Amino acid sequence: MNVIEVTDLQKRYGARRAVDGVTLTVREGEIFGIVGPNGAGKTTTVESIAGLRTPDHGRIRVLGLDPRADRQRLRTLVGVQLQESELPDRMTPREALDLFASFHAAPADPAELLGELGLADEQDTAYRNLSGGQKQRLSIALALVGRPRLAILDELSTGLDPQSRRETWRVVESIRDRGTTVLLVTHLMEEVERLADRVAVFREGRVIAVDTPAGIVARADPEQRVQFRPSSALDPQLLTGLPEVRSLQTFGETVVVMGRGDLLSAVTSVLARNGIVARDLRIEQASLDDAFIALTGRPTAQAQGTL
Amino acid sequence: MNEWRSLLRVEAKLLYREPISWLAAVALPSAILLIFGTVFPPQAPDPALGGLRFIDVFVPSLVVITVGTLGIQTLPIRLATYRERGFLRRLSTTPAHPLRVLVAQLVTYVVTAIIALALLILVARVAFGVPFPRDVVGYVTAFALGTSSLFTVGLVLAALAPTARIATSVAIPTFFVVMFLGGVYVPRAALPDALIRIGEFIPPGVQGLQDAWLGIAPQPLPLVAMAILTVVAGAFAVRTFRWE
Repeated sequence: MNVIEVTDLQKRYGARRAVDGVTLTVREGEIFGIVGPNGAGKTTTVESIAGLRTPDHGRIRVLGLDPRADRQRLRTLVGVQLQESELPDRMTPREALDLFASFHAAPADPAELLGELGLADEQDTAYRNLSGGQKQRLSIALALVGRPRLAILDELSTGLDPQSRRETWRVVESIRDRGTTVLLVTHLMEEVERLADRVAVFREGRVIAVDTPAGIVARADPEQRVQFRPSSALDPQLLTGLPEVRSLQTFGETVVVMGRGDLLSAVTSVLARNGIVARDLRIEQASLDDAFIALTGRPTAQAQGTL
Repeated sequence: MNEWRSLLRVEAKLLYREPISWLAAVALPSAILLIFGTVFPPQAPDPALGGLRFIDVFVPSLVVITVGTLGIQTLPIRLATYRERGFLRRLSTTPAHPLRVLVAQLVTYVVTAIIALALLILVARVAFGVPFPRDVVGYVTAFALGTSSLFTVGLVLAALAPTARIATSVAIPTFFVVMFLGGVYVPRAALPDALIRIGEFIPPGVQGLQDAWLGIAPQPLPLVAMAILTVVAGAFAVRTFRWE
């Protein structure tokens, strides 16, 4: 079953098209990532899904309901963690969770949730004295206290140190493991690579790719680099003739090959055929980061042409 | 039900954790009365004050500190802060409408104002023999209309101020005007007639509070003005208030 269905969503602010024809589908039980540069329309899309904005055009269904018309029902089914949303300074995590729990008919146990999110020791600390990571985990806890079927998390690890970021990620995985579908908006590729089952890459108000993180890397096909020390003299032309290879350089004994596609096997099979052993072999794997830059940094037409 | 209880409890706790707000509202009027009455012990009845002692006509003005602090300062600044920090927006993603937070705040402040008033009446009576308000119905009416009109002015402020900072910088001078015309700084009897007349129509309508305390039925016109202000300003605040 699809938890979210968005069809041809459009939203403009003045003359600017913030969202320009977004279509996407989120399946039950998955962590779906939305990535893209600032201003790509991620937050507007997600806020429209959450019923906080009215789209100019397009159709949205969340758990089969219309986020505007069925807003009241959806609020009990969807937990939202918003960007830049703070609690009153003197409110404690325990009070905030008790308060939000009171809005729901069958909430999660606040004490249990605080424990799971590692906030048990801070439950009576004033909000303003919490660390960035603690505030963020509290914000996630508030989104989960109503036992939602869908959790929307917007920029959940922005401004966190690596330690808190990892803790937060563990929390998100545990949410999914409980069967809650997660819609995750981020600009951190590492976050998507680690968490998301599928990713939509946004650019200029459009979705330019939807795939698994590995699939996105494969599609973007960013340049890779293979580096080794050949055991005997190597004729560069053996490699430069390969379709995968774009360039080859030698630095002393070390050979550096740049190229695309299945570069590593292309290179190693040529070496094997010629009885050459690749010593100190190193591969610079393309990361989702590279793929993202490759995808969003190109002129639109070309990017769409390769997809 | 459970939800209202939680909201009220949280708002009450948050107010309690800001001693400056509630001390100014609850304790300050009584403290001023005690200090003032001790430094200038009540004199004999003054024919210029219709045979009353000065303290008898000063006590009703002290209520203005309470309702002014809560309605013009605490309420709009708190609301503007909630909005600015995205707390109201956050609430709007839950099954609770943020309007409920507003209602919970109003209830909290009204209850606080009533506690402050009770304390003031008691202190005035015990320490200086000021009689309890004589026209009880008139006093309750004047207090209810005066408080609600002042609180709606606070809501309009919260609705119009784009940031908590601006809310604060508008709230403070407004508060001083209300206090001045309410006779807190300078006894009203010492004000020019024109200001006294204007003061009757400025929330919380201190003349009505004073009259009813002394057993004179409050003038209907200022009360009607307070009621109209509450309705008109209230409707305006509801229409213009932004949750985000």
